[in-house]
Amino acid sequence: MSATSADLRPASSGTMASRFAWGRWGLRGAAISYLAVMIVLPLSAIFARGFQDGLRPFWNDLTNPIAFAALKLTLAVALITAVINAVMGTLTAYVLVRYEFPGRGLLNGLVDMPFAIPTLVTGVMLVVLYGPQRTVGAWLESHGIQIIFATPGIVLALLLVTYPFVVRAVQPVLMSMQKDQEEAAYTLGATKWVTFYHIVLPAIAPALVTGTLLNFARALGEFGSIVVVAGNIPMRTLTAPVHVLGQIESENVRGASAVSILLLALSFILILTVDSIQRRKEAPDDAS
Amino acid sequence: MTHPDFSGVDRPGSAKPNPAAQRRRHTLAEWLLIGIVVLYAVALLLGPLFAIAWGALSEGVSVFVREITTDNALSALRLTLIMGAAATAINTVFGLCIAFVLARHKFWGNRFINGLVDLPFAVSPVIAGLMLILLFGRNGWFTPITERLGIKMVFAWPAMLIATAFVSLPFVIREVIPVLTQAGTQQESAAYTMGASGWQTFWHVTLPSIRWGLLYGVSLTLARALGEFGAILVVSGGVSGLTETSTLFIFRSLDDRNPVAAYAMAMVLALISFSMLMLMEFFKKRTRETG
Repeated sequence: MSATSADLRPASSGTMASRFAWGRWGLRGAAISYLAVMIVLPLSAIFARGFQDGLRPFWNDLTNPIAFAALKLTLAVALITAVINAVMGTLTAYVLVRYEFPGRGLLNGLVDMPFAIPTLVTGVMLVVLYGPQRTVGAWLESHGIQIIFATPGIVLALLLVTYPFVVRAVQPVLMSMQKDQEEAAYTLGATKWVTFYHIVLPAIAPALVTGTLLNFARALGEFGSIVVVAGNIPMRTLTAPVHVLGQIESENVRGASAVSILLLALSFILILTVDSIQRRKEAPDDAS
Repeated sequence: MTHPDFSGVDRPGSAKPNPAAQRRRHTLAEWLLIGIVVLYAVALLLGPLFAIAWGALSEGVSVFVREITTDNALSALRLTLIMGAAATAINTVFGLCIAFVLARHKFWGNRFINGLVDLPFAVSPVIAGLMLILLFGRNGWFTPITERLGIKMVFAWPAMLIATAFVSLPFVIREVIPVLTQAGTQQESAAYTMGASGWQTFWHVTLPSIRWGLLYGVSLTLARALGEFGAILVVSGGVSGLTETSTLFIFRSLDDRNPVAAYAMAMVLALISFSMLMLMEFFKKRTRETG
């Protein structure tokens, strides 16, 4: 892009071109230095510390019972959350785009709420609502259901915090979809479900997958809401990010780094997967 | 792109209602579907919101006001606002640089940098805090240097600021790149050709065309920065009145068995977030209208 604009510039403006080039290098330098200092440097520090004593201690840090249980719990709750949100998020997007009903605008605005509210505040809200001494919580408790300081509370917090991902990924695709195919299918006598399965679902599949993967990645790292809701009991309700905090506080920086490296690697793989799906999705559009 | 793409999403005010959807009467099954979604969203999102208002005001408005105007609460709010504003300013300036480089300069490593930018979205804030401990904490890589210079990084505001800037880094970049790509380079080239300096071109040509997208990104950055908790918890040391932000204040109040103070501050943060959300919706709408 910049190469063509440089070619277009008349030859007489040589000084300007050099000033422009100077500015470009300055800009590039500032951009790369900022990212290097803010992201690359801290990342290298964490890898260096996690592997400082070699592979075996790194492996032991990951497989000691408490860390292993925390990682397993984190993966499980993130997976449950991603699946539930994939279903409910798609339904929400579908209802928002296809139907007209009172309160639709309000619902649409409400979807963004979890992105704006601090996750710690979200956690506090859930404790107020479902805590054992509270209205709803007390009622559930009397029926033998514990939400706060138990796994359901963690899932609930994650569901709330990550609700927008799938909705906001699927919604634009549904909006840009032509309705003719759907209507043709109806006319030909296909049921609602058959139409959805064969026409709508294939069209939204890439967006649904990327939204769900992002949801999963976000859920893996969630901390603020979980730390007040989960109770953080080792082997039972201690998630990996909270475990990392515990290790930092007990000055076991290598153990904290080891678990962090695993979480970081997972996140990065998820980001790259999402990126390649999005590129593939864009490519046919460019060709046509 | 890790941040969901909001452009093209229908808005309550501006969206044209789908004519087909409006003309047709919904069947019972469709109403059932709508009912399920609305109930789910209300129970999941609105329930907790009402609960916190109830929790904060359960002992009366005067208690709420008293808890939120204590010295510690006020200084926590002040620190949160200062940190949020500073991190947003830093990320706006560097975010613009990075967005420019990624959108306009095609060079080797462009895609790799693109991936790096998204990382703070996916990294747990606790891990962000840990990184800073490794760099500036005890036995940290840069601790000898900062000690010689006499700068206290960890358990003081510098590390808290870096942590806040880290977690809110991607927003401006992610919102500015699409509008920058859409605006194109024709007008900029024209301005150059007519003798405008790089700075003049940016100020008079580029900035006006990206302003709404930029403001949307800035508001997202600020909202994220104001609510930061995990990374700051790790690096702050949480000295009340000194290095305690609003979120840390909530966390400590819960620990100190002073729930009303925690709920009151949580409600204040929720209200701030809500006004930020309204601002964001406005900027988002303008981004789409001008884009």
